[in-house]
Amino acid sequence: MSLTILNVLAAVVAAIAFAALNAAYLVWAERRGAGRIQRRPGPNVNGPFGLLQPPCDGIKLMTKQLMIPGGADKALFMVAPVLTMIPAIASFVTIPFSNTIVAHSMNVGVLMVIGFASLGGMAILFAGWGSRNKYSVMASVRSVSQAISYEVPLFITALTVVLITGTLNLHEMASIQAGGFWNWNITPSLSSPLMPVSFLIFFICILAETNRAPFDLGEAESELVAGFHTEYGSMGFGLFFMAEYAHIVIGTSLITILFLGGWGCPFGLYPGVWWFLIKIYFLIFSFILIRWTFPRTTIYGLLNLSWKVLIPITLFNLLLTAGLLKVF
Amino acid sequence: MSGPIQIQPDETFILNIGPQHPATHGVLRIKMEMDGEYIVKAETVLGYIHRMHELMGENRTYPQVLPNLSRLDYLGAMGYTHCHVLAIERAAGIEVPERAEYIRVITVELNRIASHLFWFGAFVMDLGGFTPLMYAIQDREYILDALEGITGSRLTYCYHSFGGVANDIDDDFIKATRAIIPMMRKSLKKYEALVTGNIIFRKRLEGIGPISAEMCRKYGATGAVARGSGIDFDVRKNEPYSVYSDFDFDVPVYHECDSLARYMVRMDEMEQSLRIIEQGLDKLPDGPIMPAKKPKLIKPPVGDYYQAVETARGSFGIRLVSDGTKNAYRFKLRSPTYSNMSLFDEACEGMLLMDALAMLGSLDLVIPEIDR
Repeated sequence: MSLTILNVLAAVVAAIAFAALNAAYLVWAERRGAGRIQRRPGPNVNGPFGLLQPPCDGIKLMTKQLMIPGGADKALFMVAPVLTMIPAIASFVTIPFSNTIVAHSMNVGVLMVIGFASLGGMAILFAGWGSRNKYSVMASVRSVSQAISYEVPLFITALTVVLITGTLNLHEMASIQAGGFWNWNITPSLSSPLMPVSFLIFFICILAETNRAPFDLGEAESELVAGFHTEYGSMGFGLFFMAEYAHIVIGTSLITILFLGGWGCPFGLYPGVWWFLIKIYFLIFSFILIRWTFPRTTIYGLLNLSWKVLIPITLFNLLLTAGLLKVF
Repeated sequence: MSGPIQIQPDETFILNIGPQHPATHGVLRIKMEMDGEYIVKAETVLGYIHRMHELMGENRTYPQVLPNLSRLDYLGAMGYTHCHVLAIERAAGIEVPERAEYIRVITVELNRIASHLFWFGAFVMDLGGFTPLMYAIQDREYILDALEGITGSRLTYCYHSFGGVANDIDDDFIKATRAIIPMMRKSLKKYEALVTGNIIFRKRLEGIGPISAEMCRKYGATGAVARGSGIDFDVRKNEPYSVYSDFDFDVPVYHECDSLARYMVRMDEMEQSLRIIEQGLDKLPDGPIMPAKKPKLIKPPVGDYYQAVETARGSFGIRLVSDGTKNAYRFKLRSPTYSNMSLFDEACEGMLLMDALAMLGSLDLVIPEIDR
């Protein structure tokens, strides 16, 4: 019993460390990547290749005063950044990085990760409402309607994968796809011919769920100043910033496990944690590339895409897969 | 101010865009009455950076006012000084050598491309795409470098002077400009692939922000705003000044009246400006850059003069009333952005905030030029 608690505690500490490290260095990677895309160097002054930039930024943020705007709802204002970070870290507990590296393999892993991901929307609502700023309120309303519309296709797609693999356990899900890329869920098979489409939809939904460009309507700096975190400074802003990247890591991990065979090698050679990391960083890189290439969508364009295109396709795919699974 | 915000379902609220806001690209304030994300009513509040250029024009001698003109519009300054010297030359009857006229046209068109490039980047940034700005600024840099070589400044030029231009152009400038033309053509193709063809970009602009031709006439909108609404008016063609009648170029006109039409007009204009520069360099005559005989003190005879030019933003005009002294009696500037901006209040009613700000970007505002 006590061993289990110790195990989980160690896992939580490791998850926080992993999330924080990833968040810090993904910011660096994003800024360097953006620099490359935009023909400028990016941060390159502090340390070799600017590698000391994230700690410098962290120190700067931590030494700043935390300002609470007059008339703000203090409790909501303070709780929002924490609430956005906690689910991100908690989700790491059930993510299997390899066959052995998993803190706690849960039978409802998919459900838990998606459930925690939805909490992020609540944090944004709290932040926007608590700030007492019209821009923030508008941004949080946008974010929440966006989150609601994108969780539906996200969950239906996940359900399709659950139907195929027959389990909600992330660890088992990845194990089933072991062997090579022909075993991965992304490869169309007789019982699931539309899986590449599902993968694409899932990818889009994760983009929208993590509030990344071109779906970053909650931030929309050209019209809503900085969206829901307009009034946040100091570590309040820092937590939002870190949580964004932590959510990206969770989202890409989920894509990897659900569709890309988790820690398995594409050709069945040397499966292990390295393959998992290669896959998630490849996906994160594509996130960065998309962010710095596309302009932002509109809120109605986004909702139309979800309700009129993605949800019908995913529902059709779910029915088709269920039917074909019965036949074959 | 305490307690939570209370908004009734049918209640509207006031949203202040600016005076400091990323979308206005300057010190502009728009007071918007909002119903959720929809704009019920908008009111533009101007005058935050009013500097009384017109009054300065009346209190100073004509050469002293010349640098003021380039402070109106820091992105396309060359066209504004061009207008001033043209107005004074017309009033005082100063002859301009042909070489100087050609040099003026070349520099004005180069500056027009630089201005449109910056607008292009900033406009896409308004829509949330950050990268094109960097590409546009890099291309613009070559143009600014070339202009810096002959004028000595990068933004607020004071190169055109009464009777001609301040310096003759050198081989370096001609070489740099010859290199810019193919480079820009390549870049324009790249922008088309990166931005114009992008589906998100088109969805955000097509059919959004309609400005009808009647509305343009009502508010006196000119430039790309009018040409995007199907009004075929370009001062360079309709009332040719300088040596523009010697050049072969087209005026792009689009009839869609939406934000995309205004975007397309400006993108096509860059190509036309390249054509003008190319022809100008080919035809560039030899000769002096200043007239042999030029009055020491400029004193236009008593009269009322008006000179319009086509700047990067539209039709810019100077009305000059001279009482025969070395100062102007009345010095009125007709700035294109002011008229283009004034139709925003009516045009944005009932629009979503996002679309309205995209339309604001498509008007190509330079705030110091509104609040002159």
